[in-house]
Amino acid sequence: MTAQQIIIIVSFFGGIIGGMGMGGGTLLIPLLTLAAGLSQHLAQAVNLIAFIPMSVVALVIHKKNGYVTFGKTVHIVVLAAIGAVGGSFLAKYSGGYILRACYGAFLIALGVFQLGKTIKTAVENKKSQNSQSKRGRLIPPSIPNS
Amino acid sequence: MNGKTKTMLVCGGSVAVGLVSGFFGGGGGMLAVPLLALSGLDQKRSHATALLVILPICIISASIYIAAGFFDGQIVLCACIGVVLGGIVGAALLNKLNPTLIGIMFALMMIGIGIKLVIV
Repeated sequence: MTAQQIIIIVSFFGGIIGGMGMGGGTLLIPLLTLAAGLSQHLAQAVNLIAFIPMSVVALVIHKKNGYVTFGKTVHIVVLAAIGAVGGSFLAKYSGGYILRACYGAFLIALGVFQLGKTIKTAVENKKSQNSQSKRGRLIPPSIPNS
Repeated sequence: MNGKTKTMLVCGGSVAVGLVSGFFGGGGGMLAVPLLALSGLDQKRSHATALLVILPICIISASIYIAAGFFDGQIVLCACIGVVLGGIVGAALLNKLNPTLIGIMFALMMIGIGIKLVIV
């Protein structure tokens, strides 16, 4: 398999995860470094660039549906942009291994956060389902719960 | 939480979202959503508006990375093709798979890959 094919395949996989709204490009970067052999810096740059067309399209769709709030969020956008300049220069002057190890730690933290969120949502859904079935008697009492 | 604390938290959080996204080349979206929820947006608006926060971050950070020499046109093109196609498939699959199972699977994958990146 050529390097280009590997990159297309891992990006396709990263895109699936992103399209499901889970973690976005967070898994694309390690896939690019581990499977396609890119340097940590280059993988991060690729992820940033690949995200631009996707988010433009998504933003236009959300704007049409009226979900994008401009006025109240200007200060957030501006402050985040300032932070991004600092973060990018910090990455530029960091060594590949440092950046990679920090990224690993960041990924572990996000994974734990995602795990907690998923379990919490599942428990809440189950609770509301149970209370609904009790109230509406959707499940006859004679059928045992498996 | 009083108004002043909340404003400070939102402002500090905004800078942090930018710093993290710039340093790690992504991942800011996961942090921007709760931040926007904290500043009073509902869930759908938080998710949609997070893109508005992330887009300028991506453009600025990408420019700095490219200027520093981290760019390969062919790789970017391949990655864009893959990501867009995968994104379409992912969005279509979203309602067909068990979200709890998928969520746990990806979370464990993130933790596993994270550990590998730290160790090696």
